[in-house]
Amino acid sequence: MSRAADWGLRIAGIGAALLLVTLILAALGTSPAQAFRLIWDGAVGSPAKFAYVLTAWAPVLLCAAGLLLTFAAGLWNIGIEGQVVMGAIFVTGMLRLTQDVLPPAAALFLAALAGIVGGALWAALAGVLRLYGQVNEIFGGLGLNFIAGSLTVYLVLGPWKRAGIGSTSGTQPFPPKLWLPPILPGINVSLVEIVVGLAAIVLVCLALRGTYFGLRLKAIGKNLRSAFLLGVPTERHMLAAFALCGALAGLAGWVLVVGTSSRHQLFPLISGGYGFLGILVVLLANLNALWSIPISLFFAAISMGSLQLALQAQLDSSLGGVIQGLLVLAVLIVGGIRSRLAAASSERTARSR
Amino acid sequence: MDIVTFAAVVLAASPPIIFAVIGETITEKAGVINLSLDGSILLTAMTAFVVALTTNNLILGCLAGMAVGAAIALIIAFASLTLKQPQVATGFVLTLLCRDLAYVLGNPYSRVPGPQVPHTPIPGLMNLPVIGPILFDQNPVVYLSLVLIVLTWAYMYKTQPGLKLQGLGEKPAATYVRGVNVNRMRYVYTAVGGALVGLGGAAFSLLVKPGWARPYGIEGTGWIALAIVIFGGWRPLRAAAGAYFFVLLQMLANTLQSALPSVPTQVFPTLPFPLMILTLVLVTLGNADWVNRLLNRLPEGVARWLRRTIKALQTSPPAALGTVWEKQ
Repeated sequence: MSRAADWGLRIAGIGAALLLVTLILAALGTSPAQAFRLIWDGAVGSPAKFAYVLTAWAPVLLCAAGLLLTFAAGLWNIGIEGQVVMGAIFVTGMLRLTQDVLPPAAALFLAALAGIVGGALWAALAGVLRLYGQVNEIFGGLGLNFIAGSLTVYLVLGPWKRAGIGSTSGTQPFPPKLWLPPILPGINVSLVEIVVGLAAIVLVCLALRGTYFGLRLKAIGKNLRSAFLLGVPTERHMLAAFALCGALAGLAGWVLVVGTSSRHQLFPLISGGYGFLGILVVLLANLNALWSIPISLFFAAISMGSLQLALQAQLDSSLGGVIQGLLVLAVLIVGGIRSRLAAASSERTARSR
Repeated sequence: MDIVTFAAVVLAASPPIIFAVIGETITEKAGVINLSLDGSILLTAMTAFVVALTTNNLILGCLAGMAVGAAIALIIAFASLTLKQPQVATGFVLTLLCRDLAYVLGNPYSRVPGPQVPHTPIPGLMNLPVIGPILFDQNPVVYLSLVLIVLTWAYMYKTQPGLKLQGLGEKPAATYVRGVNVNRMRYVYTAVGGALVGLGGAAFSLLVKPGWARPYGIEGTGWIALAIVIFGGWRPLRAAAGAYFFVLLQMLANTLQSALPSVPTQVFPTLPFPLMILTLVLVTLGNADWVNRLLNRLPEGVARWLRRTIKALQTSPPAALGTVWEKQ
């Protein structure tokens, strides 16, 4: 297939997805042009708004980085949402312990470590269930997501209840000394969040391309049995992939608690769907680490833009999810059509010889 | 509440899960995984409610739910059977997409009162002792769910096409040699299963949890249904038993909630999930190497008893589940 036809197909897929979004908007009686403009304005309309997009970008980048490892090993770490939540729980716990006794920088650093440990433990549990309990990681992970969510509710309403207020709105917010400082006054995103997110994905990219560990993970993902027969310690590597992914998810939990424009507290649904968004990003990037970087920025922009749209146009904020989902679905289907056409054309050339 | 009333209440709350579990069992029996259940159920529930509300016709609502469920399933079939894309990926994307689509499209109909399936006791039969109030003092949807379980079992194990259906998931190559168009029949059973999932969604919004809202309050049930299919060992009767057991536990959790006022109420709806993991561990434990190694080390009597228990619980999926079949 020619290069032009290949790109034509991809653009047609994205066009079809956007056409469907337009039809949905029209069906709801909203002007599609206005809706797209509101999303655009909501995402990049002002430096402050774009800062929110960057705030959402960091956790998606961290989740996508982790998921690149588990996907490389052929694992579906759907438990990532729960791993983000568990990270946030450990971060909150550590900050509660240290906020009055340690200098803020030390408390924040220890909290990040705690988040990493919390996420990694929760992911390792999904890995143990898969490897030693034969429970498919999709179901193990999902169940663990719900358990982490319910643990949050229990903590918020029980042991970590705000004095005098018994509501699910969240724990007592941390004081500003425990917030990551903004890049510039008025631009409420911290350089730390963005650097941590980008560093994670670049490191994962390097690990997958240039280390034996990455090579073995990919071997396991391609063919588990062959990798095992060739002497790769498959169980240890799969557990490591889970734990590392969970560690990065836990770090996302840290960002969600201490980030400049976060709510600085633990609350139910703190993971905000960023883990699942990471899965969509990695699928859309076809497991490519470098493509995941712009795609996660794009998806963060859609999410934030559609939040603004919901406020102004009486629409449900899930519209962002619809756009993202349709795009990934379109790319999956176009990917299938492309390989089918490629197979057909190579068969033709083989026959004509 | 006496035990007869309790059984009747469990049965009355079960149709959505029964339809979804039986539908998915049929789909997976044919070798295809429709992972989208959690989203499909929400989207079909919303569709069924809106169609029933606007047309004031419950049957049209159910049919609309079924059509949407079948359409979602056909997307998975097309992406995996025709385009050879991974089933789990398509299914997962559709889970999120259908959920969000349900929230967006259903927004104008949130918390609007609408039609409900009427209560229709069967005269005569409802007066039978014990089974009368349990089985025959219900509504058409409950009767349909009972009939569906029996019919699916009979079809799968007592008819020629049912045997071929099993072959699709176990040994597609052998089934092909018997003259079955494997991919076409997989398309058919995926659509049938998806339509039943859609009927499950309709049974939620028109019967068990009437209306529509965001969040609808049943989020996560689709995943439970998928787990029940595993627990049920891909057999309709055992899967139905699993579904009833799940509804029973849900009812018990509600009772427990009023007995333990100190525990936050939001914790109870998540109780099924640790249980789901435990159940899955139990039914898959027999497949793990270390269990067999451990059993060999135990004294013979204990080991034999344990082995028999594990064997009774153990389930294994259809051999070709989730794989793509191609004519050589």
